[in-house]
Amino acid sequence: MVYVLIFIVLLFVPRLLSIHDLMLFEYGLTFAIVGLGFNLLLGYTGLLSFGHGAYFAAGAYTVGMIAKYLPEAYRLEILIPAALLFSLILAVIFGFLCVRHTKIFFSILALSLSMLLYALLFKLYHLTGGSDGLRIPLPSLLGISFKGIRRPEFLSGTYYYVLLVLFAFSCVIMKGIVSSPFGKALQAIRDNEVRAELIGIRVRRYRLYAFCISGMFVGLGGALWTFVNGHVTADLSHWVFSGEIVYMTLLGGFGIFEGPIIGAILFTYLKLYAMGNTQYWMFVIGATLIVLVMLLPNGVAGAFVSLFAKLKRRKAAEGSAC
Amino acid sequence: MWVVYTLNGLYFAALLFLTSLGLNIILGVMGILNLAHGSLYAIGAFMAAWTVIQIVAKAPPFVLYLSLLSGLVLAGIVGFLMEKSFIRAMYKRTLEYQLLLTFGALLLLEDVIKMIWGGQAYYASAPFDLLGNVDILGHVYPTYFLFVMLITLLAGLFVWFFMGRTKLGIMLRAISLDREMATGLGLDIGRLSTFAFVLGSGLAGLAGALVVPTTPALLGIGMEPLILAFIVVVVGGLGSLKGALVGALLVGFTRSFGIAILPEIELPLLFLIAGIILVVKPQGLFGR
Repeated sequence: MVYVLIFIVLLFVPRLLSIHDLMLFEYGLTFAIVGLGFNLLLGYTGLLSFGHGAYFAAGAYTVGMIAKYLPEAYRLEILIPAALLFSLILAVIFGFLCVRHTKIFFSILALSLSMLLYALLFKLYHLTGGSDGLRIPLPSLLGISFKGIRRPEFLSGTYYYVLLVLFAFSCVIMKGIVSSPFGKALQAIRDNEVRAELIGIRVRRYRLYAFCISGMFVGLGGALWTFVNGHVTADLSHWVFSGEIVYMTLLGGFGIFEGPIIGAILFTYLKLYAMGNTQYWMFVIGATLIVLVMLLPNGVAGAFVSLFAKLKRRKAAEGSAC
Repeated sequence: MWVVYTLNGLYFAALLFLTSLGLNIILGVMGILNLAHGSLYAIGAFMAAWTVIQIVAKAPPFVLYLSLLSGLVLAGIVGFLMEKSFIRAMYKRTLEYQLLLTFGALLLLEDVIKMIWGGQAYYASAPFDLLGNVDILGHVYPTYFLFVMLITLLAGLFVWFFMGRTKLGIMLRAISLDREMATGLGLDIGRLSTFAFVLGSGLAGLAGALVVPTTPALLGIGMEPLILAFIVVVVGGLGSLKGALVGALLVGFTRSFGIAILPEIELPLLFLIAGIILVVKPQGLFGR
């Protein structure tokens, strides 16, 4: 019920925010999809990937490459499935290698593989534009062309609703996944691998499935992000970018389903605020991260939940005293 | 030309060995993968370059080479402060938090370097130029590269002797084998961990300092060595000295011959080899 209300409120966001704030909010929404996908792996399967920028880049570069080489197919209804497909392919290949490991080895391996993609995107200048990256024109949607419309108008009009619908769709699907038997199996693997294996869960295969689903969500986020940003570069696959994905998930709190969504939107504002007010934005982000890890290990959402629980308990205690 | 490629391979391997050795000691003893290791390397590089530039006109050559050690010292000090201030609180926390904390430290340190030394490049090629070239089997080769190999050899022997033969080293290995048992035997885990972290940081700083006479110190100089050191650790096996050596040699030679033969795909080739090794032997070549 609350979710429906939130959705209705979100429908009116373009009227409430200035175009600048709206764009930021759209960045936030795309990262929220990324965070949802990432959290399936971190929060629900217990695997920390420091290389999810690779799938983000896969989605983003799918859009960029189609724009460059197949302009006639440059339609949103083709681009989104294509981005999903290519991020899935990449996730299957990388995931196959990664899920053979857990813990720190998994993290390093995911990181190294994303750097492999980075090296390829960076070095193959003729194909990918190298460090210049690729320009992203506005796509057409269901036969409607947006030629002659400027990007801000596109973003505050049609595209916001496309984004919102896809975001809502992602939330519903992810919620379905984590509460399905499959999702429960993942959580069993996270909590006790040996036990999960003994009750007949095929641990490695389930991890691979989770990895692929997660990669697809991140790829979708990446593809949607490109239209807001208008430009893609190889840096998306760099591990520092992957680190930012981990950061926003932790900022919101990975123990809670909604945590990454809140974290993604907060992070977008935090980063822009830090970048706008000081040239040492990495210092601000890094210091915030350290403080966060030390003081709020469950993220912002987690802190609210525990605060709420504490208040409730106190109220209950007062009630029984009377 | 293969003589030069081989020597280059050894040179790359030497620098990588120093970097990954530090990473490996910290990983082995404390169980923490230090993502900020590359920043410590960068701090070593900037400090050494800055020191060399300050004294190059007035100091005798001997002092110039000693001044490279300033990188080691400063990286060690920064490592000490890091361990004492926040890494310390992380031993009992899970992997996610440890990694994120060192990631935060990485972002922080990158900007601290920018605050102290600014955004410009520091050229300190004097130690490289002074040594000139030698003739090896009819090929002209810079003596400085041989100097780096010698220093690495000494550092490697030192760590090997230290870890294997001294009491302090044996205590460190005890912690890396079984932390709880080591605590039970009355080892002061806190101080030993600080020591291991400082040692690892210092080695990273030394690697950075040694590289600076050949390339200018730039912002982000520590990123590539960090990734390569990761590959070395993954390929060689966690916490293994022998693994770090073999991994460094493998990566060094792949780079050297890759650059010579297939410059376009030198880096991807490296990952490919690492990937193959991991499929065949998931725990790395010398992993436990």
